[in-house]
Amino acid sequence: MQDSVQIEARHLCKTFPMGQQQVVALEQVNLSFREGEFAGLVGPSGSGKTTFLNIAGLLDVPTGGNITVMGQPSDGASHKAAAALRNRHIGFIFQTFNLLPVYTVFENVEFPLLLQGMPKSQRKDAVWQALEWVGILDKAKARPSQLSGGQSQRVAIARAMVKRPAIVLADEPTANLDAKNSHNVLQTMVKLNEELKTSFIFSTHDEKVIQYLKRKISLEDGRVVEDSEAEARKHEAELQ
Amino acid sequence: MIGFLLKGLLRDRSRSLFPLLTVASGVALTVMLHGWLYGVLNSMLDVNAKFQTGHLKVMTLAYAEQEEQFPNDLACTGVESLLVELRNEFPDIVWTARIRFGGLLDVPDSTGETRAQGPAFGMAFDLFTATSPERRLLKLQQALVRGRLPHQANEILMSDEFARKLGVGIGETATLLSTTMYGSVAMHNFTVAGTVVFGISAMDRGAIIADISDVQRALDMENSAGEILGFLDTLQFEKERTEAVKMAFNQQHSDPDDDFSHTMLSLRDQNGLGELLDLIVMALSLVVGIFLFVMFIVLWNAGLMASLRRYGEIGVRLATGEDKGHLYRAMLLESFMLGLIGSALGTIVGLAISTYLQNHGLDFSSFSKNSSLFMDNVFRAQVTPGSYVIGFIPGLIATVLGTTFSGIGIYKRQTSQLFKELEV
Ligand SMILES: Nc1ncnc2c1ncn2[C@@H]1O[C@H](COP(=O)(O)OP(=O)(O)OP(=O)(O)O)[C@@H](O)[C@H]1O
Ligand SMILES: [Mg+2]
Repeated sequence: MQDSVQIEARHLCKTFPMGQQQVVALEQVNLSFREGEFAGLVGPSGSGKTTFLNIAGLLDVPTGGNITVMGQPSDGASHKAAAALRNRHIGFIFQTFNLLPVYTVFENVEFPLLLQGMPKSQRKDAVWQALEWVGILDKAKARPSQLSGGQSQRVAIARAMVKRPAIVLADEPTANLDAKNSHNVLQTMVKLNEELKTSFIFSTHDEKVIQYLKRKISLEDGRVVEDSEAEARKHEAELQ
Repeated sequence: MIGFLLKGLLRDRSRSLFPLLTVASGVALTVMLHGWLYGVLNSMLDVNAKFQTGHLKVMTLAYAEQEEQFPNDLACTGVESLLVELRNEFPDIVWTARIRFGGLLDVPDSTGETRAQGPAFGMAFDLFTATSPERRLLKLQQALVRGRLPHQANEILMSDEFARKLGVGIGETATLLSTTMYGSVAMHNFTVAGTVVFGISAMDRGAIIADISDVQRALDMENSAGEILGFLDTLQFEKERTEAVKMAFNQQHSDPDDDFSHTMLSLRDQNGLGELLDLIVMALSLVVGIFLFVMFIVLWNAGLMASLRRYGEIGVRLATGEDKGHLYRAMLLESFMLGLIGSALGTIVGLAISTYLQNHGLDFSSFSKNSSLFMDNVFRAQVTPGSYVIGFIPGLIATVLGTTFSGIGIYKRQTSQLFKELEV
């Protein structure tokens, strides 16, 4: 069981200086995520969801406690090492898609592999595969401006998935989508989670997302106030 | 990766077009200016060398000191043996003796009375010997407008304008009044064989050209000549080669205590041409430097604007795990490619314009009417091998430098803000 732990946060704290004061974004957060998670951080605005994803993606460092991502403790990781780890193991999905407008769908998805220096023929197979996963093969040659929001987000998922990362971090991935597209995108992610065992960690306050979650973590003022899995485990322990 | 970057550049016109145009126009201007300055400079050197200074010139020390007055009383004697010696010692240089002289040219009427008279500037050299380089050097055949080239003793060429002013026709007699080498009055009758236009105001105003042996006889200068000119066999002035010959010759012949010892000067030592050459090279570097600086500032700014526009892209690339150094180098590579394409375009445009100016030239004769400088009245650009590369220096340096500075922002970018920045 221990091996499959991908993210392990212990007493994680993050404060931001705001003038003279300190804003507490995360306070004593203890969370661990294992292979194959489909977990959502849920909570009101300002509860620290984005802050946690930033730290989990090694984009930011905690001000207290520690976090280990794919065996790499966040303290002591240089910018370069953090970039390398992101490159290999972590995919990101943004609320606003952030596809590169001058490149085609194919090229957008190809980009992470280019960074990894993967040879061309392998790259091509991987990109087609990823486009197939998200069901957007027919748009391979299109430019992002020619896509709908739902299609764009599916391309973004393909871009995050193409290097087969262990973890995909998604900050409010459905916030800019209508109901139909939200369901579509979520079903795609569920499928990938099941078929490829990729962990998905979201932040959201979208009810539609919540119904798909296998694990729901509620944040309030930077604290974890509810963790469905911890509860389940406690429940199990009590039964025994 | 290069292909990926190039695709982005080509598709994103607004990203590539402005820097490209900046580079291309700066480079085109540089290439044109280089061709222009080079052409004017080269033609000036060429005209000076051929009509006045040679690439090298041997005179007596005393003559050299008052050269502009052509003091033929101080001319070199024993010219024939001196020429033999020079040709033996420096066989790769073409040596030719010349006499420059001043005087009055008098056109008599049928009774021998003066019909017209005017001050003449004369040049004498070997016009007749088959091996003489002079006809070819001065392009006499091309300069000829009326009559023919002299082919027997006492025939001369006159500047066309001068001949018209004096009202002397082809085949008519003109008398030279001057002083001999020994200070007495000299008088000699010549026949005008033809008239010439060189397109050099200093020559076209009042020059006569005669064979050296006629002038030696006229001025009592048997086996003497004011100056012996040397031309490198390539007909292109080369600083190092001429300096070497000069040093070797002067070491052997020049004696500062003997006014009549022979001294050799290079083209650079005469008419302030050395300073002029250096000045022009400096001016060219300065102008290229200014273009470089202006382009750099413009491209720096363009780079800053582009990185604002590409904020999202840079953010996604950082999030995807691209290392900042890699991203920075990719940007530099991008600008290098832009610089390369822009420089190539600019060079093509610059070369096209230079080639046009090389073939057509601009006529400045109305400005140089009274000039005593030996320079061509038509200014032409000259396309040289240097024209093909000179533009790439400011083109590439400016783009890469511009991106080097504008790209520093990448390092300042906080990855911790990426999610937030990319949400808007
Ligand atoms: N860079 C920062 N500087 C100062 N305060 C910050 C910064 N980033 C986050 N905060 C603060 O930290 C707290 C948590 O912010 P965070 O963005 O994680 O919330 P969130 O749960 O993602 O909210 P939302 O649902 O609106 O996206 C907030 O009070 C916010 O104001
Ligand atoms: Mg947020």
